[in-house]
Amino acid sequence: MVVRVQAEDFDVGAELAALGRDRPAIGAMTSFVGMVRDSGGDDPLVALVLEHYPGMTERQLEAIEAEARRRWPLDQVLVIHRHGRLCPGDRIVLVATTSAHRDAAFDSCRFLIDWLKTQAPFWKQEVTTTGSRWVEAKSSDDDAAARWSL
Amino acid sequence: MKLLYFAWLKTKIGLAGEDVTPPASVATVSDLLTWLASRGPAYADALANRSVVRVAVNQAFARNDHPVAPDDEIALFPPVTGG
Repeated sequence: MVVRVQAEDFDVGAELAALGRDRPAIGAMTSFVGMVRDSGGDDPLVALVLEHYPGMTERQLEAIEAEARRRWPLDQVLVIHRHGRLCPGDRIVLVATTSAHRDAAFDSCRFLIDWLKTQAPFWKQEVTTTGSRWVEAKSSDDDAAARWSL
Repeated sequence: MKLLYFAWLKTKIGLAGEDVTPPASVATVSDLLTWLASRGPAYADALANRSVVRVAVNQAFARNDHPVAPDDEIALFPPVTGG
């Protein structure tokens, strides 16, 4: 398991190449990249500021990796989550899993991002042309996590 | 007891964190929130709607009946919105 919480951007191609290097038993790799979205309203998004709880974030991510490994036969798990000020189009998060077969790679990747959205201590603040506001949690995210009986 | 505040709880309370010594009668997360809310208007406002306040005790999510102790690190924050 590799968990990184960082301000810097990441290179998806390089990260995935590194994940698969010298791992001949891997038959499948799934990745998810979350990006900063401007919902296109009357008040355009200027930036997204991501705050997190250092220490708890890493603990929570490591706990869910253990749960993913209990559920699926995984080879590698990678989670990179950025914090700080990001702009529309910027990458926020990368989740990647590898396994012998695609079902485990697909399902565990979805599980990890669904879980992360409801259980990892990150908070988004939207900065627009008129001010800033904290993003409210979405019940659809809770529903997505509930699919996995979390 | 070390308290940490995140997101709008930090903004409303006006602090990122503080060391506090609650009275001995504060035994649970629920007791702690009630005591904090009595400490002034900013605390009362931040904690007015408990349904949008999440609590972690020593970096793990904790329910209202979770015990609290003097050496604990206790964080208060809104429902998370990462990913």
